[in-house]
Amino acid sequence: MNTPLRRVGMAMMVMILLLLGNATWVQVINADEWRKNAYNRRVLLDEYARKRGLITVADGTVIADVKETTDRLRYLRTYNSGQAYAPVTGYLSVTYGTSGMERAENDLLNGSDDRLLTRRISALITGRDPVGGNVQLTLNSKVQQTAYDQLTAKGFTGSVVAIKPDTGEILAMASTPSYDPNLLASHDVNEQAAAWKQLTAKDSGDPLVNRATQALYPAGSTLKVLVAAAALADGKNKDTQYTAKGSITLPGSQTPLPNFNGTPCGPGETVSMETALAKSCNTAFGEMAGQLGANKLRRQAEKFGFNDPDLTVPLVVETSTLGPIPDDAALYQTGIGQRDVQITPLENAVIAATIANNGKRMQPYLVSKILGPDLKSIDDTEPDQVETAMSTANANALRDMMIQSEVNTGGEGRLQNVQVASKTGTAEHGSDVTKFNPHAWYIAFAPAQKPEIAIAVIVEDGGDRGLGATGGKVAAPIGRAVMNAYLAGR
Amino acid sequence: MGSPVPAGEGSPGASAATNTSPGLKAPTRRGTELVMLSFAAGLVTLALILVELNQERSLSLRILYLGLAYLGLFACAHLAVRRWAPYADPAILPCVALLNGLGLVVIHRIDLALEGTVFPDGSTWDPVAFKQVIWTGIGLLMFAATLKFLPDHRMLARFGYTFGLVGLVALLLPGVLPGFIAPTINGAKIWLRIGPLSLQPGEFAKILLMVFFAAFLVSKRDLFTVAGRRFLGMDLPRARDLGPLFAAWGVTVAVMVLQKDLGSSLLFFGIVLVLLYIATERAAWVVLGLGLFAGGAVIAWKLFNHVQQRVANWQDPIARYDMIGGGYQISQSLFGLATGGIGGAGLGAGRPEMIPEANTDFITAVIGEELGFVGFAALLLVYMVFALRGLRGAISVRDSFGKLLGGGLAFAVCFQVFIVVGGVTKLIPMTGITAPFLSYGGSSLLANYILVALLLRISAAARAPQRVAKPKPQQPAIADQHTVMVERPK
Repeated sequence: MNTPLRRVGMAMMVMILLLLGNATWVQVINADEWRKNAYNRRVLLDEYARKRGLITVADGTVIADVKETTDRLRYLRTYNSGQAYAPVTGYLSVTYGTSGMERAENDLLNGSDDRLLTRRISALITGRDPVGGNVQLTLNSKVQQTAYDQLTAKGFTGSVVAIKPDTGEILAMASTPSYDPNLLASHDVNEQAAAWKQLTAKDSGDPLVNRATQALYPAGSTLKVLVAAAALADGKNKDTQYTAKGSITLPGSQTPLPNFNGTPCGPGETVSMETALAKSCNTAFGEMAGQLGANKLRRQAEKFGFNDPDLTVPLVVETSTLGPIPDDAALYQTGIGQRDVQITPLENAVIAATIANNGKRMQPYLVSKILGPDLKSIDDTEPDQVETAMSTANANALRDMMIQSEVNTGGEGRLQNVQVASKTGTAEHGSDVTKFNPHAWYIAFAPAQKPEIAIAVIVEDGGDRGLGATGGKVAAPIGRAVMNAYLAGR
Repeated sequence: MGSPVPAGEGSPGASAATNTSPGLKAPTRRGTELVMLSFAAGLVTLALILVELNQERSLSLRILYLGLAYLGLFACAHLAVRRWAPYADPAILPCVALLNGLGLVVIHRIDLALEGTVFPDGSTWDPVAFKQVIWTGIGLLMFAATLKFLPDHRMLARFGYTFGLVGLVALLLPGVLPGFIAPTINGAKIWLRIGPLSLQPGEFAKILLMVFFAAFLVSKRDLFTVAGRRFLGMDLPRARDLGPLFAAWGVTVAVMVLQKDLGSSLLFFGIVLVLLYIATERAAWVVLGLGLFAGGAVIAWKLFNHVQQRVANWQDPIARYDMIGGGYQISQSLFGLATGGIGGAGLGAGRPEMIPEANTDFITAVIGEELGFVGFAALLLVYMVFALRGLRGAISVRDSFGKLLGGGLAFAVCFQVFIVVGGVTKLIPMTGITAPFLSYGGSSLLANYILVALLLRISAAARAPQRVAKPKPQQPAIADQHTVMVERPK
């Protein structure tokens, strides 16, 4: 009987080997597939079991807090003034993952970032729970709240970005419609699901999109400052003459390029660059772009931060572009910020800030400090000049032209005793300009001689003015209020 | 404590052993056993300390006392072996001690995880680790009693038919009894409830039936080896000799239908097949048996919903994740194993509360998650060492009944591990069966301790020096004897 017994022994070893082989497959080779399966909550729960770090604004006000709970997830994320800050903080949801700063700084907030290594080890030794690091933002609570209130007061869909020109600190980043991230952070799965369904519904207006960084718009007339900068760099000055016609025909086609309402730019045949910018004359800037050519325009755009797909603040920023510009007609249209020009509100604010900072472009950023769980600073963000986009002289010349532009701009809420440099835009979009209300733009900085804040405002689809909307009427009052909030609170 | 005792010292068996060659007395290896038992107790204590640390409970000397008490418990078992089976295999009991101890630690760890859980019916989790400790004590008592009252395993053969009848009744009883005494728990009707006590008679029936089959096959062995027709190069058994195989098959199907216990029916049928194979040395039996089983399995799959569910859950657990009776459990098991990865989450740091039935059928998944692939592989190897040592006893024992019973018992443990671990790791469909010595459950533990006692008894018989049945009459030296003429018989 020993032969069959030995064979049974072999069979037993084969069975154990099969189990070992299968365990190798499940636990080692194919482990990632099971580990990362959407149903596998273990990794997420481990993160939740740690006390997540806080997100604060510049003055220390906590906008993303944690509360200890009695349920399985141990810590509940809570957001203060959630609606105003949601585009920046994003949300943290067991079911729907993360977005915004919660995603961009997730490793740091949940404590797994390498910069927290020594603290993790000491927590291990002392037996305390490892805790996430804290993120302090550059946001100014007053400016942010003003931006959000201004946009929501009339129910606008749009965005405001404010930047401190000499450092690149982002002082405000608002986007509407917004949402309450507390609903998605809820530990009640049903409440989460209901909120998610509502926020992602077709008619919800995409509240989960941070328009400041993720939405691309036609730049409209605000792009004229970029064209002017390119012309100045090309040796032109504020007195260089361009056509004053009410309408020109695009080269190589029958399509007209008219001024706003077809009005001529001046009494004479030609008009200076300064006047053309102040009155936002399409014909003059079409001609200016045509004279410069696509390459010079593009080079200037890149100096201002266009075509940078890797830009993070650390929120991921969509890439602003001038488009392909295939022919002269397209070049003329690009010169007035139409055709294929696509720009984020953040990039438009960067253009304003760069002009304000004597042509030096600073890297925009949202995180001013990384703090350890003990609130000691681990990492301070240093302002970083990435490019000299314009010479100081040209920047000052452009600033003076923008001061004239502000003088010519209507709208309410002009700042008292503070000189503002600005440019408005009324960007057409959609297939039929008589049906789609234009987007209203306003970029500005103040005080013009010693700028402390640069802003970009966009209000989608004409705001409350419909087809008659212009940047000056709809967007400028918001921008002025935001700048005022900062300058008054200094 | 722990130093090897000189071979044969203080063991009554040794002195009663052969006196023909006193210089070649076989070592009992009891000292080795004690050293390995201490090692196992040390590992178990370490495991308990890790659990308490990772669960952030205060460490006290109590743990050390628990570890010493555990060692004491097995030292008693060791003394029983020393007293009643001194030549037993020294590796088997330490393997059991390690498995049982790890099982206790993990059951305690799952108690901690489920502490305070309120179930949908309003009841709360009732800790079971202490009950399992009591069961371990009773199991060891049964173990010692078996060794004491069964000095020779061949005694069992005499009661073969009685055992067979009792075993059959015990196996089928829960299936035919009404629900108030034999309730359906988790879909399987394998329990008897007598007062506060729950019993799983099938666990004991497994051993009783093995004794019966071994005795039956040994007595009728010659019949089965009579060749029937030759077919495809195999000697087929005669039709009338197929009776026992068909009977076993019938019982298997009955268990599957009446009790919905796939695991037990698979285990039972596998054991019968292997016993038949060892007894007859004919592969034809195995082929025939597998054919029968395959046919039965296909029919069962076609007829029974619960079989179809198990197979579908095995094919794609994720697709059936949310269904009732779907892939949730097996998915959680795989998530746990994969998240544990190579090194594991650490004892006490995994999430066993997410796996239903974590302390019984899925206890190996918890071990795989917390100890990782390394610990999981070690666990499987301990099982393999246990089964192979048992098989070794069967190979070296001299009587056919001992060979058959020993081979069957060793295979039974290994096959049971294959069924349950294969199910947990998605190698084969999940069938629901306990992991020997690890899973929570009194019946399983008691039955398996009896099984260990039998294996030790058989290995002791194999390793003990051959006793001389009748003392040979003293013969004078050969030189002194007369020369006798021997005639060739005509």
